[in-house]
Amino acid sequence: MALRAASFSIGDGEFVAIMGPSGSGKSTLMHILGALDTPTSGTYLLDNQDVCKLSDDELADIRKDKIGFVFQSYNLLPRASVLRNVELPLMYAGASKKEREEKARQALIAAGLLQDRWGHLSNQLSGGQMQRVAIARALVNDPTIILADEPTGNLDTKTGEIVLDTFQRLNSEHSRTIVLITHERYVAEHAQRIIHIRDGEIIKDEKNIKQRVVNHHA
Amino acid sequence: MTINDIFQETFSAVTVNKVRSGLTILGIVIGIGSVITMISIGSGAAGSIEESIQSIGSNLVMVMPGFQRGVGTQVSAGRGSAQTLTQADADAIRDEITLAQAVAPEISRRYQITAKGKNTNTQVIGTVAAYPEVRNIQVDTGVFISEQNVRSLSRVAVLGPSTRDDLFGEGATDVVGKAIRINKIDFKVIGITKSKGSTGFSNQDDVVFVPLSTAQRFLAGDNYVTTISVEATSQKDMAIIQQQISELLLSHHNISNPQLADFQILNQQDIVATASSVTDTMTILLASIAGISLIVGGIGIMNMMLTTVTERTREIGLRKAIGAKKRDISLQFLAEAVMLTFLGGFIGILLGWLSAFLVTQFANIATKVSLMSIILAFGVSAAIGIVFGYYPARRAAGLNPIEALRYE
Repeated sequence: MALRAASFSIGDGEFVAIMGPSGSGKSTLMHILGALDTPTSGTYLLDNQDVCKLSDDELADIRKDKIGFVFQSYNLLPRASVLRNVELPLMYAGASKKEREEKARQALIAAGLLQDRWGHLSNQLSGGQMQRVAIARALVNDPTIILADEPTGNLDTKTGEIVLDTFQRLNSEHSRTIVLITHERYVAEHAQRIIHIRDGEIIKDEKNIKQRVVNHHA
Repeated sequence: MTINDIFQETFSAVTVNKVRSGLTILGIVIGIGSVITMISIGSGAAGSIEESIQSIGSNLVMVMPGFQRGVGTQVSAGRGSAQTLTQADADAIRDEITLAQAVAPEISRRYQITAKGKNTNTQVIGTVAAYPEVRNIQVDTGVFISEQNVRSLSRVAVLGPSTRDDLFGEGATDVVGKAIRINKIDFKVIGITKSKGSTGFSNQDDVVFVPLSTAQRFLAGDNYVTTISVEATSQKDMAIIQQQISELLLSHHNISNPQLADFQILNQQDIVATASSVTDTMTILLASIAGISLIVGGIGIMNMMLTTVTERTREIGLRKAIGAKKRDISLQFLAEAVMLTFLGGFIGILLGWLSAFLVTQFANIATKVSLMSIILAFGVSAAIGIVFGYYPARRAAGLNPIEALRYE
């Protein structure tokens, strides 16, 4: 059992870090929070909706409407343009072409990617830029919750900071609910609240009083 | 996901790896191309055979002597060898069968023919004035045998172009009016027929026509005829006229049991049907050999699609994570396979068309690319895409998103 005795709730507009060493069950927790998997027992309410008993296609709908993923390895379509990558979730949502473009532009602005990069193919970008494209893609559907799984894992410290700053801005300026999954204390300290997890159990759930703020002169 | 989205996704996926896509569709191109070529050769052959059968005459019913066989005996002479049809039978058919538009009895035998030292051995047909109408013969120069010639036992002859070439030299002109000797009897040439080509077994141009009465009196020495050709007024009357002729001749020959008829009636439609059943079988044979290469091509498509699915496992995981349903994924990969086979089918049709053209140009074999075979080829290539793309698409759709995202 990868996870047991994990009971907590995340409020609207919170920026929470789930922190634990590898093998602690944080990936399983993220899969459940992201509606990629359902728990064998227990309940998960997302927007007051019980997600545990849904079929594969219903879970896909939940992911489409309410969840935005940011992965450690970006997972962008390599030979597609930045805009197209960001528009991808809207394609499955069935939005019109005009709507897709409009929302993708807004999301890219919110994610802080410079406009001159929008036409580039995703494999022509740097790691930090790719991760911001991924963030824009997570934002584009206006999700209830953004799940970031080790979003700085493949980035150097400086670029990682820029990405973390992006999350902080999205949280403070756009009131986005963000769950950040990491094993690094330093990364977790950028959140408002840190849930410590070890061996599948929550060992500590603390308010992060001294939230790290990224040095904007960097 | 709209049709347009699927098309766009598919197009970019297919064009990303152009060499691999190209090699994969090559199998389909060759398969469809050879099916098109083979069917075109088959239907070309059917077309030319039918055409040559039609050139014998239109709506033609031929009455020929049958077995000569006594009741209760097992011994019978060869079919057609019997002398059971006479001029009287032909006259009876002409007078009593109203559906018969024209009736042409003939007597046909081979004789030695000489002209100015040259000689040949060929078919001499004694017949009447109605013969050209019934058997689609056209006169090139001069005239055909007239009623007057038949009545007056004129010793006149009309030559086929091949016979003319044999007797007077290739393409000889002013042959009309010259004399030839058939079986040591002098005949005057009054006309040359137009070339009809051969029907496969006999050359319709190597022939000499003489009046029926003349042939019976001077050449055969009896009153029998070897064939009575009857032209029906229309195609739908052929079966009826065949029945009527049969009844008429049975009563004329005093035969009560139709099983013992001393004549046989051939219907042109039956000959065409027999010939086309042969060419149909040939077409099916050729097409199924070509079809095997299509299946091989389809397996190639499946192979590539499975590789693609494995390669793009993470992409599939991502698509699922951002909300793609099973249906979206399987549709995308199925569309990819269908696009490959459709493209292959399209190029294959062009290739098949081209090679059918080349076969006609250089091998002198008649070909006919029918619309039907093109539609069939498109249908088959789309079907191959669906059949061989289904399994890889299902496999892609069935991937667990968590494992797919972790896949290295």
